[in-house]
Amino acid sequence: MTPLEEIISTCRQLAFDLNFSRAKAWKAQDPQRVLVGFTPIYFPREVVHAAKGLAVGILGAGDRKPIIKGDAYYQSYICHMPRGIVELALDGNLDGFDGFVFPSICDVMRNLSGMFQLMGKGRFAKYMDFPQNFRAEIGGAFYKAEMEDVLRRIEAINGVQVTADALDRSIALYDRNRAMLAAIYDIRQDHPWRLAYEDLYCIMRAGLVMPVEEHNAMLEQVLEAIGRERGVPEDRIKVVVAGAFCEQPPLGLIKTIEAAGCYVVDDDFLLGSRWIEGAVGGGNGDPLAAIADAYLTRSVQSSVVYDVGNPKEKRLLDLARRRGADGLVFAAPSFCDPALLDQPLYFHQCEKEGVRYVQFQYNENTGQFKVIKEQVGAFADSIKLWEGEAATA
Amino acid sequence: MAKPTAPVEKERSMIMQKEMVEGLFKELATAREKGRKVVYTFVPGNLSELIRAFDMLPVYPEINALQSGMRKKSAAFIRDAEKWGHSEDVCTYVKCDIGMMLNGNVGPTGQKLPEPDLLLLSYTGCFTFMKWFENLERLYPNAEIAMLHTPYQEGGRITDEMRQYMVKQLREEVIPKFEKVSGKKFDEARLAGILANSKRTDDLITEIFAQSRQRPSPIDAYFAGVYYIGPINIGFRGTPEAVTYYEELLKEIKQRAAEGRGPVTPEGEIKEEKYRLVVEGPPNWTSFREFWKLFHDQGAVIVASSYTKVGGVYDLGFRHDPARPLETLAEYCMNCYTNMNLPQRIDLLGKCITEYQADGFLINSIKSCNSFSAGQLMIMRDLEDKLEIPVGFIESDLVDPRYFSYSNIKNRLDSFFQMLAQRKVLATA
Repeated sequence: MTPLEEIISTCRQLAFDLNFSRAKAWKAQDPQRVLVGFTPIYFPREVVHAAKGLAVGILGAGDRKPIIKGDAYYQSYICHMPRGIVELALDGNLDGFDGFVFPSICDVMRNLSGMFQLMGKGRFAKYMDFPQNFRAEIGGAFYKAEMEDVLRRIEAINGVQVTADALDRSIALYDRNRAMLAAIYDIRQDHPWRLAYEDLYCIMRAGLVMPVEEHNAMLEQVLEAIGRERGVPEDRIKVVVAGAFCEQPPLGLIKTIEAAGCYVVDDDFLLGSRWIEGAVGGGNGDPLAAIADAYLTRSVQSSVVYDVGNPKEKRLLDLARRRGADGLVFAAPSFCDPALLDQPLYFHQCEKEGVRYVQFQYNENTGQFKVIKEQVGAFADSIKLWEGEAATA
Repeated sequence: MAKPTAPVEKERSMIMQKEMVEGLFKELATAREKGRKVVYTFVPGNLSELIRAFDMLPVYPEINALQSGMRKKSAAFIRDAEKWGHSEDVCTYVKCDIGMMLNGNVGPTGQKLPEPDLLLLSYTGCFTFMKWFENLERLYPNAEIAMLHTPYQEGGRITDEMRQYMVKQLREEVIPKFEKVSGKKFDEARLAGILANSKRTDDLITEIFAQSRQRPSPIDAYFAGVYYIGPINIGFRGTPEAVTYYEELLKEIKQRAAEGRGPVTPEGEIKEEKYRLVVEGPPNWTSFREFWKLFHDQGAVIVASSYTKVGGVYDLGFRHDPARPLETLAEYCMNCYTNMNLPQRIDLLGKCITEYQADGFLINSIKSCNSFSAGQLMIMRDLEDKLEIPVGFIESDLVDPRYFSYSNIKNRLDSFFQMLAQRKVLATA
């Protein structure tokens, strides 16, 4: 195997390891280390890193584990991912985690934080309220207080008092991580055949369950490998996928989109890893303020951030144009209010601007991809056969 | 399905409320010609007092939606919103409201509602509110927008940081928008005066709902309860009319209690109180009367409900404080039921079950409302374990009639009531 193939293979195994073995092995090396699980979308992992911890992404059980107990906790009309998370918690997969953070993205995840409190999982289960006010002295101050609260809770476990220098070092590592992911996306924008999206997905997802230092080393090798020509270009359209920011589709569905005649050149599958556009920075003596500023001023567009004065449909179509996409694929989990309530806004804007799109819904354990393959395939064919130029041009 | 046909008994407070609501809709219908400015906002965390302090008029999209549901108009509105692009999976309040707008924004009383001058997003206890307003902003591009983000009580308490965040938003974002739209300067003394009425109303509504501790309960704290909370939740809190209305209502209820009479329902008075229930979750609005009748026919009285706390929880001691106007508004918002974490909700429901001597606990789980529904099964199990109380679980929706299955609900309720009856037999054996 080439070094890139080895990395992909390792990441594929780590990304879907529902026992979080790598993270637990890392923790076992030092009694002061802590594991803090977090649910989608974005969480400032730097904060945990600076406190001698590892922030570990928890993305449900996908199609890798039968959901038996989790279903007893949710009605049929609630999305699938929290069932998987409850199943993992009840089956002991999350044993060894010291705490859990549930970023504010919807009412289901908010109430899941309360369920973890009731189940007594971890030393803490915190719902982290991200500000919807974007002024530094209002929303920024509140967000800093939320991060300080996380630090206090970790300190109560391992006694680590975080310094500004430690935070700056952690910020630099995650800035490097984000910069390399951005560089990979930029290369794939023009040369998507060099790295299948399915493989990139596994590489990104593995980054949520392993130390950032190790992930950065992998990304350097990935960048080095795809910086050169490899693979064979195929006659496919370029698409941006939107709506899948929380509950993840099974890997087979992601593969299906490309196999149906598309190159995914941007997406929101693991949006938290690329949440901050550009660097957080730091080094000004107040690293938490730097993280807050990055959130307030440089967050990607997302269904969970109030978009007044900065319409999401415009931002999404701008992104599609920047990437030279031929069309948009709206893929949202069933019963996801934030994703689905945005869709009419997107659809109407696409229609207004003559941008082609296709839409379907899924669950994290969807097992049949044939219909989606036909739908996306017909979409790709219609553009390849009947459109002369990129529909977003 | 048995169609209820009996004429509805009306008490004086009911007539007063009807007049208040009709008056508000008349004011809204003539708002433009009279130069009144209009605010669209939400019930949980509603800032009625602030709206009044600027002489503006409120419109509550959820109230319009539920009224549309009760008047059998919601199905068509939802269908039109789905044609417009909305998924079948999402909140039906949102779709009903958008469907109403797509059909000319004619309100529940048949009068056209004025467009908003200000969209006040009081984002409290429900994430979907934010998405709802993002949709409204596109439909009313000329309206000013103010966002008030209410932090969740994730730790089961209100911290200084949460309070400061809200007060800063009120002072630096929300009030300046009100000043801009209304053309009036903020008058804190005037707001304090309005809040003094709110405090009185808070006391009265708390005393009203406390009456159901008696046996028999003179009120139904769920079906009738939604009427009782109407005035405080649709813009009258802080007004002298609201104080007068609640004084009258309390007087009527105390009179019923003194006479040992049960609650008034659309089917008539409940003559024999067989079961006392605590209910969690909003009611169904599309078949509201049929739904209520299912309880009436079994002699089941709801002695406490979480839904009546959605616009504010007063049982635990919160009162508006005129001496701290902005802080008290912030605390009010943060104290709404769906802004409380799950352990707090369980404590509150458990307190109701114990203090109101309930025989059973029932959840009406609403397909549209994850803010209530997610976690309800765990709440139910926890209360069952801790209090050894019989529990029941039914499912319906707010305003989508496709999700109200009369026979399914009746079957489940029949089983639940049989369980309660059996428990009573065993208790007396």
